[in-house]
Amino acid sequence: MKISIKVNGVSHSHDIEPRISLAQYLREELQLTGTHIGCDTSGCGSCTILIDGDAVKSCTVLAVQADGCEVTTIEGMANGSGMHPIQEAFKEHHGLQCGFCTPGMVMTAAEIIKANPNPTEAEIRDGLKGNFCRCTGYHNIVKSIQHAAEQIQS
Amino acid sequence: MGAFVGKPIKRREDARFLKGAGKYTDDLKLHGMTQLAFVRSPFAHAKILSVDTSKALQAKGVVAVYTAADGCGEFGVPCGWQVDFKNGETMREPVHPLLAKDKIRHVGEAVAAVVAETLEEARDAAELVEVDYDPLPAVTDPEKAMSKDAPLVHDQWEDNAAFDWCIGNDRAEVEAALAGAHHVTEMEFRNQRLAPNAIEPRSYISDYDVNADKWTLYTSTQNPHLIRLLLCAFVLGIPEHKVRVVSHDVGGGFGSKIYHYTEEALVTWISREIGRPVKWTADRSEAFLTDAHGRDHMVRAKMGFDKEGKILGILSDEYCAMGAYLSTFAPAVPTYLHGTLFQGVYTTPLIHLNVTAPFTHTVPVDAYRGAGRPEATYLLERIISKGAQEMGIDAAEIRFKNFIPPFDGVNQEGYQTQVALQYDSGNYEATLKRGLEMLGYEDFRKEQEKARNNGNGKLLGVGISTYIEGCGIAPSAVVGALGARAGLYEVGQVRVQPTGKVSVYTGAHSHGQGHETVFAQFVADALGIPMDDVEIEHGDTEQVAFGMGTYGSRSLAVGGSAIIKSIEKILEKGAKIAAHKLEASEADLEYADGKWTVKGTDKSISFGDVSLTAYVPHDYPEGLEPGLDFSSFYDPTNFTYPFGTHIAVVEVDKETGKVDLKRFVACDDVGNVMNPMIVDGQIHGGIAQGVGQALLEEVIYDDQGQMISGSYMDYALPRADDLPMIETDRTVTPCPHNPLGVKGAGEAGAIGSTPAVVNAVVDALSHLGVTDIQMPLTPQRVWKAMQN
Ligand code: FES
Ligand code: FES
Repeated sequence: MKISIKVNGVSHSHDIEPRISLAQYLREELQLTGTHIGCDTSGCGSCTILIDGDAVKSCTVLAVQADGCEVTTIEGMANGSGMHPIQEAFKEHHGLQCGFCTPGMVMTAAEIIKANPNPTEAEIRDGLKGNFCRCTGYHNIVKSIQHAAEQIQS
Repeated sequence: MGAFVGKPIKRREDARFLKGAGKYTDDLKLHGMTQLAFVRSPFAHAKILSVDTSKALQAKGVVAVYTAADGCGEFGVPCGWQVDFKNGETMREPVHPLLAKDKIRHVGEAVAAVVAETLEEARDAAELVEVDYDPLPAVTDPEKAMSKDAPLVHDQWEDNAAFDWCIGNDRAEVEAALAGAHHVTEMEFRNQRLAPNAIEPRSYISDYDVNADKWTLYTSTQNPHLIRLLLCAFVLGIPEHKVRVVSHDVGGGFGSKIYHYTEEALVTWISREIGRPVKWTADRSEAFLTDAHGRDHMVRAKMGFDKEGKILGILSDEYCAMGAYLSTFAPAVPTYLHGTLFQGVYTTPLIHLNVTAPFTHTVPVDAYRGAGRPEATYLLERIISKGAQEMGIDAAEIRFKNFIPPFDGVNQEGYQTQVALQYDSGNYEATLKRGLEMLGYEDFRKEQEKARNNGNGKLLGVGISTYIEGCGIAPSAVVGALGARAGLYEVGQVRVQPTGKVSVYTGAHSHGQGHETVFAQFVADALGIPMDDVEIEHGDTEQVAFGMGTYGSRSLAVGGSAIIKSIEKILEKGAKIAAHKLEASEADLEYADGKWTVKGTDKSISFGDVSLTAYVPHDYPEGLEPGLDFSSFYDPTNFTYPFGTHIAVVEVDKETGKVDLKRFVACDDVGNVMNPMIVDGQIHGGIAQGVGQALLEEVIYDDQGQMISGSYMDYALPRADDLPMIETDRTVTPCPHNPLGVKGAGEAGAIGSTPAVVNAVVDALSHLGVTDIQMPLTPQRVWKAMQN
């Protein structure tokens, strides 16, 4: 099937098998390997991206379903060569160790802050429920997101 | 202290990970690469009657299909540690085939490998392979595996034992002490089976270059050199110098990526067969079914106390599952990494541990974060708390009564345990004092009493755990005598470039630990140069001379020490060059802030100038070789022994049995700290895993050997809302026997935390007469305990 998707501001058109997931499409066709696959079954959140601004687990969306949509992946978070305030905050607060869950965490953080610019610790933890991190114990991820929210507000 | 050591320097590796530019194995796409999918057994125990691959071979995109009947059938992956039976009989070591031949021994064992142009085609074709099985009864419980009528995992032996083992004092002596004790506390429990669950699934790509007759294996491993050695010398019989193993970014390991797996060897073999690169990446179901699991000990133990609560002895009998085959380090886990920690932090005079390690129809069990030490700590810290509860002694007080007194390993000797080891240095009571202070223990007890009486349906409990662990396993000669088939030293090369920039090659491997930052901190300080002038390289056998990799919290204690040894050689040679240039004697020079100075003068020469001279040796000491590049092997003289206190506060819902972890206080002592931010991160992550074991996680096999917890819907990994913010502090008792004074921080969190949480829940319910609950402490189990 033919699809046209705008990813990180760039338009792409491909003829793809209907069964290909969006995660697979991003990784294999577009070589955007920052979107990770940790479970392929909506369990872990490593594959989280934004579709038309909303956080979505891309392993559970078919690429054809995203036809005509605007997708943002981790590679599109920063403007130019710098880092987005959320990315900066993760670095500042050691919100990552192995880095595998990190792209999904950053995208989910974007959603949390968009929905609630001033989230409490409990709200952040609630918003992170769909994303596993096996390295950090979440402590520093929560701190990173609190800090990012403050930065974005000011 | 230098400019960088001890400071929370932000990580260099973060930018690439945060921008999605990490290079994990599955991210690589090689020219002409094929994809592999496995046909795996749905049965735990079965005879393979036939395998028909003809339809699969016809399928679209298929390049090849392999079964054990093809050449790879003769190969098996080895075990790296030998523990013989108590009676001297050699450990039973079955062949662990790359593909199952006549018999299946666990669910998920691979029967055929399908290689195709795309992953979808490989998976489609794998469905077309027809395997005819004759299912047989299975046994998955380690104790049942030793019963007379248990189905045999390997028919060539009369029972399922892989080996048995004991350690400590004479059993009769310990039994006599228990018989004469004022009070004996007994426990019987299962230290349940866990799945490590690194979020990056295992991934391997082998690329065979026909013209050079060389392989490159890209693999998500914690120890590339060890994989190369095992793969070449013990599996495929290919020359080691023809294989390059690359392990770029790895998405967490926790032990599960130490081992040499069948899939790793198979892709290597297939890439030569077909002359094209082959990739295999596990999906999450395969990870649950085939990554080595952790724990799974059935424990029966007794601890004896005198009137005052002093421990008189401990005796434990355990059945520890090995799984269907012996994984790389499996035999070491319930033995040398477990029994040797039975002293804990207490002066217990008599100790005996007896272990039976059976094969079971499950995936192999091996080291998982802590490996044997969490199991030892869980038993000790639960049984001492249970003893205190039964005797009406406060949980903190009973620990203070039994602690080994402080010793620094320099002015006071190391502490000789009853179980082979000599502790390096420790001040156990200091961490407990600090932990209690952080918590506000006295006030907490009052609050608890109030909560019990106020009837809001919530019960408060506090649990203490004062743990010790052994890291940086060594020396090689000792571990060799104990059955290790590898040395456990580390290699560190320091190459000073002509411009004075420094490349460091370490055999340690980072899969989240931040070596690129931490190692650069102490190297820059030791040389008195900017951190930006230091680059840390790891994870490529063609760059790094040799190495043993990262596990057992060994990177800094062993790997860091090897680098320090090389730096010492650099400075020694550099001083010769400096003395020549400054026309002074070496004895008159001192090195600081990146330059050699003639003592008491302002005559000096910088590190950069000496480096350049070493590579442009025109005006140069006679007889001295050019260049400034040294490699060192460091084999430690002892383990290191981090310790600490973990305290959990829980609230239990009386109606539902749900446990809410309210606070977690940790005061750890990991020796000297290079980067406190990273140490705290390691502690946080370890605690989350330990809490996971206490409250949430369990691999469950049914009585047919089917795994019924093989997905994220069924296996409860801790989520962000299962955990509180973690309150950390530390004491510092340097390790006396390594140059950095470090002990290791990777596993401490996972070792100390589990019993703290369980102790807290039992404490919350103690007024109801509850003295134990089986892990994980699900609401159902807690609720049931309250009803009885
Ligand atoms: S890969 Fe999509 S949720 Fe795990
Ligand atoms: S940083 Fe490793 S899984 Fe989150």
